Amino acid sequence: MSSGTVGGTSPAGAEQTRTAPTTLWEVFVRSKRGLSHNHVGSLHAPDAEMALRNARDVYTRRQEGVSIWVVPASEIVASSPDEKDSFFDPAADKVYRHPTFYDIPAEVQHL
Amino acid sequence: MTAPAPDATVVSTYALRLGDDALVLAQRLSAWSSRAHDLEEDIALTNIGLDLLGQARSLLTYAGEVEGAGRTEDDLAYLREEREFVNCQLVEQPNGDFAQTVARQLYFSTWQLALWEALLGSADETLAAVAGKAVKEADYHRDHAVQWTLRLGDGTPESHDRMQAGLDRLWPFVGELFEVDEVESSLVAAGVAVDSAALRPSWDGFVDGVLAEATLTRPSDPWTATGGRRGIHSESFGYLLAEMQHLHRSHPGATW
Repeated sequence: MSSGTVGGTSPAGAEQTRTAPTTLWEVFVRSKRGLSHNHVGSLHAPDAEMALRNARDVYTRRQEGVSIWVVPASEIVASSPDEKDSFFDPAADKVYRHPTFYDIPAEVQHL
Repeated sequence: MTAPAPDATVVSTYALRLGDDALVLAQRLSAWSSRAHDLEEDIALTNIGLDLLGQARSLLTYAGEVEGAGRTEDDLAYLREEREFVNCQLVEQPNGDFAQTVARQLYFSTWQLALWEALLGSADETLAAVAGKAVKEADYHRDHAVQWTLRLGDGTPESHDRMQAGLDRLWPFVGELFEVDEVESSLVAAGVAVDSAALRPSWDGFVDGVLAEATLTRPSDPWTATGGRRGIHSESFGYLLAEMQHLHRSHPGATW
């Protein structure tokens, strides 16, 4: 599938992208005082515009956010659970990567 | 404003009309709960219904206050008979299929948005305040209806036919939205109400644009229903009221 398509469930070349079976979208919301968008869940929608509106209705009806991103779930590249050992375990014994061995001068603020 | 202060009964009637529109449509939309094609649309339609219920509560409360007979929002919503409801007949029309509900939303929310925008400048502070909150809600309601009209109209042959059928079925109830009677005209003169007839050209322009983009045909049925503002309603309205009022009438003052 080429990037930019929103399908995932529709056969390639289907003539009616607008009416394709609903696609799964991942929803990211930035809260009023948040600096970044956080993943809040997923939903179904036939296309990007409806996904945004559905996200508004499902995930921001209690004033949770001021900005929404929706991303086709099929476009997300995820690490595999099979690779968990090689991906993540090697970091377990590298405590020196944490900035815990420095004395912070008293003058330094906002750290 | 140099115009004389409007009669309280007339202001109460006007608030009641707008409140009944919102209340009855909220009740209709609530019936989509767990019935739409997916959970997301369930929430979208019932969210819209809740917006309208909020508008109805403000307006019925105000209508009761201005009337001065001690009636609360609950008294007005649950204890009036069918002939005492003054909503337009469009909002009481059955949900039908999803396309028919979308058609009703397109017709009504396009009108209601224009109404709230105009009422922002009302000489009546309460109506202007309700409009200030409702205008953003109606803007979203109209957008929701437009999005679905475009997708159903310009979707499959089946969705196109259903959308057209919904538009045709409800077209006769559009004319009533723009009727002006003596209640409204006296309040227009006082700067309180909106001249509904003046909203028609922009309504036509907007709806025509949406229908054209959605490859749909503007209905042409010349017959126009009327009477809702005088308490005359269509057949299904009694059933709606029975469902809406039965709990309160069976258990007066019940809360949960």
